[in-house]
Amino acid sequence: MSSFLVISIIVVYLAFIFYVAYWAEKNSKSKWVNNPYIYALSLAVYCTAWTYYGSVGLAATSGLKFLTIYIGPIIIIPSWIILMKKIIRITKGNKISSLADFISLRYGNDRFLGALVTIVCVLAIVPYISLQLKAISETFNVITNHTISGNSIINDTTFYIAILLAIFAAFFGTKYTDATEHHKGIITAVAVESIIKLVFFLAIGVYVTFYLFNGPSDIYEQASLLPNFNSQQTINGLGGGFNWFFLSLLSMVAIMLLPRQFQVAVVENKRERYLKKVAWFFPLYLLLFNVFVIFIAWGGNIIFQNQGVDADLFTLMLPLKNNNEFLALLVFLGGFSAAISMVVLSSLALSTMLSNNLIIPYGFLSKYSRGESKENTESIKNIRRISIFSLIIVAYFFYKNFTLDRSLVSIGLISFVVIAQLAPAFFGGLFWRRGSSKGAKYGIIIGFLVTAYTLILPFIIDSQVIESSFVNEGLFGVELLKPYDLFELNLFEPVPQAFFWSLFFNITVYVIVSVNIIGSYRERNFAEMFVDNSKYASLHEDAYVWKGEAYVKDIRKVLIRFLGTRRTERALNLFFMKYKMDVNNQLADARLVNFSEKLLTGSIGSASARILISSVVKEEEISLKEVLSILDETQKTKETNKELQERDKQKDDFLDTVAHELKTPITSIRALSEILLDNEDVDYETKNKFLSSILNESERVSRLINNILDLEKLASGKEKLDLNKNSIKSTIHKSVEAVTQLAINKKIEISETEVTDANVIFDEDRIQQVIINLLSNAIKFSDKEKGKIAVRTKINEHRIEVSVEDNGKGIHSDELISIFDKFYQVKNQTVLKPVGSGLGLAISRQIIQSHKGLIWADNVKPIGARLTFTIPLNIKKHEKVIDSR
Amino acid sequence: MKKLLIVDDEPNIVMSLEYLFKKEKFEVFIARDGAEALEIVKKNKLDIILLDIMMPNVDGYQVLKYLKENKDFKEIKVIILSAKNKTTDIELGLKLGADKYIAKPFSTKNLVKEVKQLLKLKYI
Repeated sequence: MSSFLVISIIVVYLAFIFYVAYWAEKNSKSKWVNNPYIYALSLAVYCTAWTYYGSVGLAATSGLKFLTIYIGPIIIIPSWIILMKKIIRITKGNKISSLADFISLRYGNDRFLGALVTIVCVLAIVPYISLQLKAISETFNVITNHTISGNSIINDTTFYIAILLAIFAAFFGTKYTDATEHHKGIITAVAVESIIKLVFFLAIGVYVTFYLFNGPSDIYEQASLLPNFNSQQTINGLGGGFNWFFLSLLSMVAIMLLPRQFQVAVVENKRERYLKKVAWFFPLYLLLFNVFVIFIAWGGNIIFQNQGVDADLFTLMLPLKNNNEFLALLVFLGGFSAAISMVVLSSLALSTMLSNNLIIPYGFLSKYSRGESKENTESIKNIRRISIFSLIIVAYFFYKNFTLDRSLVSIGLISFVVIAQLAPAFFGGLFWRRGSSKGAKYGIIIGFLVTAYTLILPFIIDSQVIESSFVNEGLFGVELLKPYDLFELNLFEPVPQAFFWSLFFNITVYVIVSVNIIGSYRERNFAEMFVDNSKYASLHEDAYVWKGEAYVKDIRKVLIRFLGTRRTERALNLFFMKYKMDVNNQLADARLVNFSEKLLTGSIGSASARILISSVVKEEEISLKEVLSILDETQKTKETNKELQERDKQKDDFLDTVAHELKTPITSIRALSEILLDNEDVDYETKNKFLSSILNESERVSRLINNILDLEKLASGKEKLDLNKNSIKSTIHKSVEAVTQLAINKKIEISETEVTDANVIFDEDRIQQVIINLLSNAIKFSDKEKGKIAVRTKINEHRIEVSVEDNGKGIHSDELISIFDKFYQVKNQTVLKPVGSGLGLAISRQIIQSHKGLIWADNVKPIGARLTFTIPLNIKKHEKVIDSR
Repeated sequence: MKKLLIVDDEPNIVMSLEYLFKKEKFEVFIARDGAEALEIVKKNKLDIILLDIMMPNVDGYQVLKYLKENKDFKEIKVIILSAKNKTTDIELGLKLGADKYIAKPFSTKNLVKEVKQLLKLKYI
């Protein structure tokens, strides 16, 4: 295919991607841009050109091992619903914009740690980016039939592509100074590319499997005749199993900690609930991508047997060999889109880290503390733009000047191992309070050095074909120090070996240093906030411990330098409103200091934000103990406040009900007396009826008031019970006598035959009140003439049980408990209005509780309700029985 | 003769209102809860309803909502008579379409005046 045609197609394709990004930015509110599928698809930036070409290459030369790179993510991603949620909450709550910022903030706004993480990421990712450029360049040469690439940059198409990608990333990636803003253009473009690369890869898979061969079984049969076939397609014993295990673990870490993955999964996440979609969608995407890998690899092995074709290029060579240029072009474009997504997002993520965690905190703080907001934000954006260009250009020269002859997969995996050095600090910081900044730093450094020794050095030596005894005989000829078999551990292949040893040393150092050296109070403050995120997230700025002296106007000045006057005022007004503070407050508190740090964090990184804010405030040292006790107290105050509010509400409700209950009789009294007063001609009978109603309603009011007072007295424990030894039988009898008239009126029978006597200690008047209440209730709900009520007792060694049973319609099962609530009125009541105040059962419950007994209601068969209370037998005479709440 | 319905579960309040409006030559109907009220509404062409809110089963708000959503009954004037007199209660009542909200305890003279005013308005 002519270069001109391919270049034109590339230009059209890039124009399309630019347009998608542009459209998404313009329609940033559209549901096409904001949905969980875009989010899930953008995660597929994980599948780079390596997936396209490298995994086929790996499958062709070493069998199924390529799967480990996808098994890790598939295993870990369902757990994101919990794990990633926590990470996203912390990130959003603190306005974190990158992995470096996350780790730096967790260990107390540590500037050096942020820079260290940034450097590790750059070292890991730049070669990885150059690998993508290499893939573009090589496949371009294959498809255009160039055997040698132009050596001068001017003739190299890849160089121009790299520049275009840098422009793309810089244009859509630095629109806002606040790096926590979502880059919807880039993300949508990446999501679209994820669809393109998958569809094209499936197309070539189907082509190879069903067109070049007769389906999977045909390929299998032919491939199984090849030499090495059997040994390739097994896990290969225990040693191989360990390799599989560690490689899967490695990719598990990579899917979370690669800078571009952190960018798409955490920083660009819009809603937590998107994670639920991702949990099944993304593993499915990876599975689809891998369905045909093995068939393409076997197909390539069969067709290109002994022809010396680079297995990494099978995907492209298979259609070319069969003169299907169109399909070859699709493959090229798929690989191209995979490569450019990775380049754009990686350079974007790295540029944020470079600016916010390395360049600004170490070089620009004093400049910014004097500059105006416009200059400052422009300067921040320029730093990021320059970073993007530099990263891509450095990656380009890296690829140009080092003969990266090794298979695509090697460099990618080295990147993974280097990035994995951040895992102990990251996950440790997330789950272990004691993890300290010193531990994190030493751990990362040691881990990196071990990786360099066991993997990077030998790799460079191998790839540059430098004669050296280092790899085969170990440093200074010491066998124990052979980089690929460190300490004679020769179970592993180089990558899992390096991963194992580097993390072994990394974690050991991290843990030992953290346990032995106590970090600063700030570190511990953030440790609490990160580890116990669910507990402190609701406290917002209150979870930040700070003591010192600060003025609002100084802080305002700093904010204005970055946000401008308008945004600063708006943010501060919101803050004052949130905490109901006076806008004219002169002194700033811990919350404002934390709030301001967060406001700046998105633009200049957490370490710089902290340095700038602390330059205008006078801070006092606090001891670690104090931090913990303040945090604890804040948490408790918040809980107490909630409790108080709850109690207030209950009190309000109670007062409302009381007011309503009092107003009802007063309404009758007022209306009736007004009528009597206004109408002199009321006949004698009516007048009598009205006057006796007024009398009844007045009695109702006073009864209500007495009951309320009674209840309050009992509940507050102000009234002591008059405890004496009494005969329960006689108390019951007195109570029954009190309601006899009521029962006779309704022709209801009350039986006391099942009452046995016992001498028990209780307050006779109060217990009599309870029994009368229960009896009048039973009478009220019993039918006239048919009603039968029975009082019974049961005694055992611990308590006496008294029950009142009727044969009324019973109590609805929902209401068995609530009938004891104040003013509770039974639903579907046939009796129009209860004679009582609605407080009888509530008072009874209070009295029984004061006696440390129980009271409950249940229904009996065939029909009827039974209310039962108990009094314990071990109450001592004149024991103070109060506080039943 | 104007037809007036009293909806309340307090017998003494009902008694006073009944006396009051019979004396003013109204034809008076009485319902002791919301369900009864709806029965009466369906059977008689009423002019005005004095409606309590806190009642067992179907409460006043439900009655009001039913009336105002039904084209046969939405012209009937409704005065809410309730002991609930928080602003939110009053707003809810008026939003649902009540013509007046009078808090208990009320002045009988004032109530008669409001009722007459409302009914006269209907014929202007």
